[in-house]
Amino acid sequence: MTKPINAIKSLDLQRSVIYFGFLGIFLFFAVILYDDGFLTSRNLTNIVLQTAPATIMAIGLVFALSAGEIDLSFGSIVAVSALSAAMAMQSGPMMLGVAAGLGAGILIGAFNGVLVAYLRLPSFLVTLATMGLFAGVARTMTDLRSISVLNDTFAGIFGSGKLFGVPSLVIWTIIAVVIGHITYRNTRFGAHVLAVGDNARAAQVSGIKVPRVRLMVLMLCGATAGLAGLLYAGRLQAAKYTLGESDLMTVIAAVIVGGTALNGGKGSIIGALLGSLMMGMLNNGLILMGLQVSDQMIVRGLIILLAVAISLRDVRR
Amino acid sequence: MTPTLSLKDIRKSFGGVTAIQNFSLDLFPGEIVALVGDNGAGKSTLIKIVSGVHLPTSGDIALDGESVSFSDASAARSHGIEVVYQDLALADEQPVYMNMFLGRELTRKLFGLLDKGKMREETQSLVDQLDVRIPSASSTIRDLSGGQRQGIAIARATHWASKLILLDEPTAALGVAETEKVEELVASLKERNLAILIISHSLDQVFRLSDRICVLRRGEQIGVKKTADTDKNEIIAMITGVHNQ
Repeated sequence: MTKPINAIKSLDLQRSVIYFGFLGIFLFFAVILYDDGFLTSRNLTNIVLQTAPATIMAIGLVFALSAGEIDLSFGSIVAVSALSAAMAMQSGPMMLGVAAGLGAGILIGAFNGVLVAYLRLPSFLVTLATMGLFAGVARTMTDLRSISVLNDTFAGIFGSGKLFGVPSLVIWTIIAVVIGHITYRNTRFGAHVLAVGDNARAAQVSGIKVPRVRLMVLMLCGATAGLAGLLYAGRLQAAKYTLGESDLMTVIAAVIVGGTALNGGKGSIIGALLGSLMMGMLNNGLILMGLQVSDQMIVRGLIILLAVAISLRDVRR
Repeated sequence: MTPTLSLKDIRKSFGGVTAIQNFSLDLFPGEIVALVGDNGAGKSTLIKIVSGVHLPTSGDIALDGESVSFSDASAARSHGIEVVYQDLALADEQPVYMNMFLGRELTRKLFGLLDKGKMREETQSLVDQLDVRIPSASSTIRDLSGGQRQGIAIARATHWASKLILLDEPTAALGVAETEKVEELVASLKERNLAILIISHSLDQVFRLSDRICVLRRGEQIGVKKTADTDKNEIIAMITGVHNQ
């Protein structure tokens, strides 16, 4: 009868890591950086605003990892999407820009997805290649120049605007998390994603269309990266090929720390949200502490390593 | 009485290799037929033909007297045929009730969201009926024993099968006590008027469970015997082709 007891232990540990980590880092900075204004509502809001694109990409990645796939190309998709949107809006209306940005993301996701789902190439290698491929595409689109977004409505909806006093980036985050969570936990699609990542053969003999699920999760990653690209373009009122470049590690770390298994079958959208906010706090706190950029990178890397090690540790092994 | 499953002159070849030929068998409701034979005798091919994975090269399959042809496994399933695979085909990280409804999840009318409560309830009542003892319908498969997992796989097949269950080595990985429990479960399925085709390497088990025994050797049907009218020596002779008399 030791089996169930161990299972409960490991479940508790893995589930609670993110809550303790989140709380621990929050309290640490709250005390250490009290005089530097960490706890001011302005600073806390800022953290949420800055993490909005990463949180939204993390949702896509939870689905991909849960289905046993991975997307490494979303950073490049962000740049291509933001640039597509900005270019479309130079002469066209806002809706054209939104369609171009989201469309580019979904198309690249579909490209990844077809290679993975129907040609049976490993998603790690496919998206590693398309990461480079579309980073190059983003650079050629504008010859490395940045282009500004002059559409005020767009900048409002996807950037600095507010609705009933709530910043639009917060609203986007909440909408994405709620829809993502319900889809993940309470729809047949979510159940099929988990089944495919857990045991693809079992899913297949149970009548689940496994290739379609694989295609869908990679398209979803593309779509969330596309939306993240729109949010970057809206907030900065400009698009450049560097957008999304540094998000790869942050987003993967947020998702893993948030309790999503690297090899599929298990995950959490709420965990990914907390993981993403934790990464945001870390960035913010280390800057307020006055660390050099190079030192920030080292400390952040070490903390992510620690958090990932704890959340992946399996008590039963 | 109309047989639940009727196979006539089934033949399957892959390229030039004949995996099975001249196979005919009638299976009646509430009957357990064991399929025995050495490795490579064609048992798995036969299971795959009946479950819709392979189309037979020639021959007829009839369900309740009606001729059928399955384009894929889903087609066989929709005709009330369920398979319990040797690897059980369970998703280990998911709860029992999600496995019970894998690929056939129940949803609410509102927004088509999953009806987890109803799936949990139906799962609980099914495992209670079949006396599969698990902590709860919400337990994760990973936390269950081999016997409990096998019980879940069989319960799932029972839930969805209206005609026929194919069992591929249901106790190969189990201990003595668990084997006994699973055999009780399989025997209890007869009362549900299901026809059962079981592959087993254990002749003891075959003699304990089956009503008839069908022997295959190198893709050929050697014979079908009533279990009560035969003994192990005869079956072994049929399997190996070696006669000691």
